[in-house]
Amino acid sequence: MKLSTAQLMDRLTLGPAPGLADTIEHPGADRWLEAQLSPQADPVAVSDRLDGLDAISLDPVQLFQRYWIPFKKRKDSAERKQYRKQLRELYFQTAGARLWRGYESPWQLRELLVDFWFNHFNVFFRKGLCALWTGNYEQEAIRPHVLGKFSDMLLATARHPAMLFYLDNWMNVTPNSPWIHGRLKGYNENYAREVMELHTIGLHYHQADVYGATHLLTGWGLDRHSESGFRFRPRLHDSAAQTILGRRFEGGEDAIEDFFRFLATRPDTAQHVSRELAQYFVADRPPEKLVAHMQARFLATEGDLKAVTEAMIEHPAFAAAASRRDKFRTPYRYVLALLRASGVPPDNVQPIVGALRRLGQPLYGCATPNGWANTQAEWLSPDALTTRLDLAVALGGGWMRVVQENETDMPGTMSAMSAAMPGAMADENSNPIHRDQTRHAVDVETLIGALELVLPPSTLAAARSAPKRLRAAVLLGSPQMQYC
Amino acid sequence: MKRRDFLKAGLASTAGLMLPIGDRAWAVRAGAQGPRLAVVFLRGAVDGLNVVTPYAEDEYYEYRPTIALPRPGEGDGLLDLDGHFGLHPALEAVLPLWKKKELAFVHACGSPDPNRSHFEAQDYMETATPGVPGTRNGWMNRLAGALHLAHAEDTVAFGSTEPLITRGAAATTTFPTGRGASRTMPMDRDPVQLAFDALYRKDRRLGRVYSEAVRSRAALRSALEQDMGSASQGAPDAKGFSGDALRAARMMVADPSIRLVFFQLGGWDTHINEGATHGQLANHLKPLGDGLAAFREALGPTWRETVVLVVSEFGRTAHENGNRGTDHGHGNVHWVLGGAVRGGRVYGDWRGLADDALYQHRDVPVTTDFRSVIDIILAHHLGLRGHARATVLPGFMPSRKGIAGIII
Repeated sequence: MKLSTAQLMDRLTLGPAPGLADTIEHPGADRWLEAQLSPQADPVAVSDRLDGLDAISLDPVQLFQRYWIPFKKRKDSAERKQYRKQLRELYFQTAGARLWRGYESPWQLRELLVDFWFNHFNVFFRKGLCALWTGNYEQEAIRPHVLGKFSDMLLATARHPAMLFYLDNWMNVTPNSPWIHGRLKGYNENYAREVMELHTIGLHYHQADVYGATHLLTGWGLDRHSESGFRFRPRLHDSAAQTILGRRFEGGEDAIEDFFRFLATRPDTAQHVSRELAQYFVADRPPEKLVAHMQARFLATEGDLKAVTEAMIEHPAFAAAASRRDKFRTPYRYVLALLRASGVPPDNVQPIVGALRRLGQPLYGCATPNGWANTQAEWLSPDALTTRLDLAVALGGGWMRVVQENETDMPGTMSAMSAAMPGAMADENSNPIHRDQTRHAVDVETLIGALELVLPPSTLAAARSAPKRLRAAVLLGSPQMQYC
Repeated sequence: MKRRDFLKAGLASTAGLMLPIGDRAWAVRAGAQGPRLAVVFLRGAVDGLNVVTPYAEDEYYEYRPTIALPRPGEGDGLLDLDGHFGLHPALEAVLPLWKKKELAFVHACGSPDPNRSHFEAQDYMETATPGVPGTRNGWMNRLAGALHLAHAEDTVAFGSTEPLITRGAAATTTFPTGRGASRTMPMDRDPVQLAFDALYRKDRRLGRVYSEAVRSRAALRSALEQDMGSASQGAPDAKGFSGDALRAARMMVADPSIRLVFFQLGGWDTHINEGATHGQLANHLKPLGDGLAAFREALGPTWRETVVLVVSEFGRTAHENGNRGTDHGHGNVHWVLGGAVRGGRVYGDWRGLADDALYQHRDVPVTTDFRSVIDIILAHHLGLRGHARATVLPGFMPSRKGIAGIII
């Protein structure tokens, strides 16, 4: 079924932007879509921005060497402060790279898929060493595989230090080894459980399978001397054969890789992954026919994610859902949609990550391994809605200081920002300092140009009749902007 | 007319909030006062054996060579509760409540479903339909319905997203956590609200939640401000959970029609380096205990009509694992506190830690269904009859075994 320009912009990008409709219609929808499924390197406008960001260009061992300060040293308060500063720097690099690509990259489908797959294989920036490696994890374990093989992505995440640390498998060792020392003492079943439940087959396992997988995965851990940071340590491995999900695995590194490939191609995995993808791209409760169609393609192609993504888009249920325009945007997709529609680049990352935090979806900030939910039921609440509207007012009125200026004391935080917003101006003279600062209010006509294909005329009219300083805000905060 | 209602009426007339409520609705609202229930969810499965510890059993020390809490009287030791159980020393702030018999525990409590997945088990505890996946509404929402709570702001979940436990057909609201929670936002101002009113009031999908957002935010903020002015004298807000609990208590004092509140705290999934007297678990328990004590303090006389229930999706293994932590288990300890609680007792059917008493030789068993604890609170504290309780806890046959008399 043919998808309209509006539907493509809604469902396969992070939101309409000025000029995007032309970009789609110039080669034609089919060719645009084809190109999206075979994305190329990012253009200079993007890559220039990412140049020299350690968080996404150094390897895990380099990051460890350059940014890690040992715990003992951090007993000293200056060192502790320095360490926090370094992690903060890595955070802003990682978040900045993601936001910039989401805003600017022409390969928008890839950016959506990165959001989806990172979340599927979630790691939490603020858990210990994950802070060093989250940027590299997204860059190396997620990004290259979002239109590749699922099994490759699963193995890449399984071997990545960020995942090994996040779900504790680096500490999962056999207690019977004479080589165990220090903090390594015995089994830890955290990763063994979640790699089945969350990453692959879903809830189709028993405690005995967790037990078997825990034993099999012993010794699959970290090494600061290998380039990748990963190493399998046979001496810490329980080499006894294990039966997991009805299949026998001999011990050893090859058996572990077999186990991951086995998981990656299970019908339960195909279904689980297909349903989640469909929930993200199509509907909170995706039609079973669509899920079955994707699952079949997954199994037929041994988990080729390009084929699975294509199967989803070509299915009639995709166009039907897109025409309803009823997918509630997560905070991440909402914030990116606001920036893109406004043509406001995320030069200053701080207020944007602050906004995401207030909306309940801090970037790289999901502590639990199940990742963020993608449904309206999870994200729509009275308070969430008012927070979105506040954000729309802030960004629309130019109070949000996203655009880079040569100021040293930029009021980046949301609280500083809201003090400067028009709402607060009713408290006469409460914040006189902010009055004089240059604002970059969003130009309403630019906004209308970007959004006219997706927003109904009544909303455009309402914006034009709103008080001048609220016109952009009304569009950005409109009910229809909450959906795609 | 209460000041708060006056404020609301004032807002309604000046801000152009054309709410479909007249004087009659306010009268209903005034009648909605009554006993309160607060639920605190510890997400991630708190290690109940290191919260209320059976220190009199040798197995406890045998199973936990590095993370056991020392016996009462030893250095950094447990706070003795009843000669058998002791309380984690980081919870010192709630010990006075225990002594005043306002704090009770139900040990070996939890969900009958043996699931050890956090996410599934949390869902089950929030829907109170263990073993039935896909239930779309939470038990606190159904409770709001059973209590005929008329307004969204009568049921408040603290946090930026709406938890499953309060989701459903009855109107409920969320309120932000953190110090900035009550600060003025643009949406609190007339012109901004007017501009959005035009778009949202009639919106098919978002109209209802928008109206709830506007009115509940105005109501809760005014309750908070009203009390801030009188009781706290501009004292700085406490941080973290203490701060949120304090704000909630102030709102509840100022607005008697807030009947149900919900909090959630994370960080309990202690697979590695759980610690004992000090460490990861202790660092999370301390703010919890301090917050509950602050909540009780700030509620003043309202405490008498309040019950607080503290739950977690499942317990953790009786044995520590290889990383000085604990893995996912089964039974846990649930807390019941409040002025209407017959405390100073560890309730439930405790069978000891001997290997054959453990569930699958690994976990504290579940001998009290968590829904029985909810049911007794619904019956004896909130005064719901059998058929109303059945709408909150569908298909469940409650038992009073081991918990009879926990509510006065």
